[in-house]
Amino acid sequence: MADLGRAALVVSLGLALYALIAGTAAATTNRRRLADSARNALLACFGSTAVAAAVLATALARHDFSFTYVASHTNRTLPLIYSLSAFWGGQEGSLLLWLLILTGYGALSVAVNRRLLKDLVAWVVPVIGGIASFFAFVLVAVSSPFDTQTRPLDGAGLVPSLQNPYMVAHPPMLYLGYVGLTVPFAFAMGALLSGHTDERWIIATRRWTLAAWTFLGFGQILGAHWAYVEVGWGGYYAWDPVENAALMPWLAATAFLHSVMIQERKGMLKIWNMILVALAFELSVFGTFLTRSGVVNSIHSFAKSSIGGWFLAFVVISALFSVVVIVWRLPLLRARTKLESALSREAAFLYNNLLLVALCLTILWGVIFPILTQLFEGQTRTLSRPYFDFFLRIFGLPLLLLMGIGPLIAWRRTSSRGLLRTVRWPAGVALVTGGALIVAGAGSSTPGLISYTFCAFVLTTIVVELVRGTRATGSLLELVARNRRRYGGYVVHASIVLLVIGVVGSSAYSTTREHELRVGQSMSVDGYTLTYQGQSTARGADNVQTNALLSLSGRAGGMLKTGVYDYDNQGLAKAVGIHTNWLRAEDLYVIYNEFDKQTNAIDFIVLVKPLVNLIWLAGFVFVAGSLVAIWPDAREQRRLAARLALARA
Amino acid sequence: MTALIVGALIAVAAVVLVALPFLRTHADDDRLDAPTPAEELRLALIEERDHALGALKELEFDHRTGKIGDEDYRSLVGPLRRAAAEALRALDRPQELPGSTANPDGG
Repeated sequence: MADLGRAALVVSLGLALYALIAGTAAATTNRRRLADSARNALLACFGSTAVAAAVLATALARHDFSFTYVASHTNRTLPLIYSLSAFWGGQEGSLLLWLLILTGYGALSVAVNRRLLKDLVAWVVPVIGGIASFFAFVLVAVSSPFDTQTRPLDGAGLVPSLQNPYMVAHPPMLYLGYVGLTVPFAFAMGALLSGHTDERWIIATRRWTLAAWTFLGFGQILGAHWAYVEVGWGGYYAWDPVENAALMPWLAATAFLHSVMIQERKGMLKIWNMILVALAFELSVFGTFLTRSGVVNSIHSFAKSSIGGWFLAFVVISALFSVVVIVWRLPLLRARTKLESALSREAAFLYNNLLLVALCLTILWGVIFPILTQLFEGQTRTLSRPYFDFFLRIFGLPLLLLMGIGPLIAWRRTSSRGLLRTVRWPAGVALVTGGALIVAGAGSSTPGLISYTFCAFVLTTIVVELVRGTRATGSLLELVARNRRRYGGYVVHASIVLLVIGVVGSSAYSTTREHELRVGQSMSVDGYTLTYQGQSTARGADNVQTNALLSLSGRAGGMLKTGVYDYDNQGLAKAVGIHTNWLRAEDLYVIYNEFDKQTNAIDFIVLVKPLVNLIWLAGFVFVAGSLVAIWPDAREQRRLAARLALARA
Repeated sequence: MTALIVGALIAVAAVVLVALPFLRTHADDDRLDAPTPAEELRLALIEERDHALGALKELEFDHRTGKIGDEDYRSLVGPLRRAAAEALRALDRPQELPGSTANPDGG
């Protein structure tokens, strides 16, 4: 079995190299059959990688411990679903998943566009082939999931925190996002290399970019929920380097999705869009480097390994390649039109882009700062939460406000009188909301108060836009159908508002209390009264479970269980107790912190997190909005075909 | 042994798939179908035309939804109409495009 996996990966490497070399030769010498052959190599590469993936999945399902990877990440007691999810629980398996998705995306994207973008696809194939060659090489020569050993009686098992349903979906979702950003990158590079920098590559990759961005965004929400329910510290985002690694390409892709609209409407920002596409791709590979290399401390990262250097080299080479190609084609990317007014929709998009990229780069600085201090000063200095929170407020709040103002501004230019007329409703509602919040006591947090006031502004803007648009077209459905991207985008904006409300509520307005309780003693937090009833210990399949039972009164009733699980091979894990008040979208979150054997008391940490559940709701609204925007539109394909046909008439 | 046979079969299937374009099509039909410079220029003009027409549509919609007042609308619509007309005229002059062999009468 392992031999088959190894052989399939060697074939994948050969095919990816062929796609790179033959594809480059075909594109430079303008030979169609060689280009088709290279394209087929990419398809075959996906097939052989799928065989390798099937071999690993089978070994995991069968608990075949002769595979070192299987023995290192599973054991006999692990349920099948978690045995299979161990595919991405370790370094080698997740690299194989990366290659599988990359070749799958690559083969599909070139197959779909092979007729309308023949000239571009000829260059896209070697770009994807080059990236696939790197991953296949690492899998074959540096970090193979098919290394074998003398079969032990049992495996080491999967880290307890990874034995969670969210971990079944969260990593593949992130990979679909990370790897998906390769498609717009490859087509952008294809357009530059071929010298055909018209809008076809943008139209062809729009949905790919949106899909990758959606996967990346939803994957992060899933990851945040996993951290919240599983890691047991009461939060969902810790500005951890690996968490940031997923956020940075998402921010760059968000900037691209906005700025590309200016290129489509006015032919401007061509260079900027190329830079953003390249940045999003490079950040996604850099994120993989952070996760794999062990250069940063993170609960998400894999142990220090030998592949970090390879990844760093790949990031540097691919970034240099992007810069050289963009600089080479600068004359083709010059815009023929200019920004007409600082008070226009395109200007608002530009401000939004600058803020998004500034936020992305400050996060990047926060991530690489410890690496650089270690390198140059010999000691690691980290930038912690206050640094990230500060820049999130500095750039995030204006971004939130722009999300409300942007849609109200017309393209080309708007007079200040016209703008004042259109913002009067959102501004009025925002001011009333802000006043009401101060009266309600929300003034205890100034950033919180500003955020909620801006949220009211954005939500009113969305409602005003929908009402005015429906009046103009006569039907909401027709309005949305006419411009799915815009109105899907508004739904996504609404999801960001929900996210902000949830994040602000659960951080700026949360309460935390720590208290030692003996059996029968109580503590009160924000109207909740918790009485410790006693604890029990039970033997699980591969762990010893100690659970404390608390009765609730006051704002909630019933019982709540919180505990600590001691795994045979993997150490301790917290099992937090969460009581949700759905009406207030609030959680009562109880952590079993420590048991004092001398006093028989348990130290509980109790958090009340208002509105936290809106964050998870935001994830679903985000996906719904993205789906509206992604939904296939036959008119676009027809328009693309008509443009090409007319150009050739 | 089975693994070796399956591996060999995968390799053979891959080679066949890669060789297929050479087996199915004739060598004299071996040019990539890339746009010529004239076609590229026309493509750019079509994009300009679509930008201009799209901008007009957008302006009309913004005016109908009250995002643009009458005064702003009047000052913007003229230049946009002229830009659209110019883009359409440029597309109707294929004989002026470099490398074009098209008949000005449309033949």
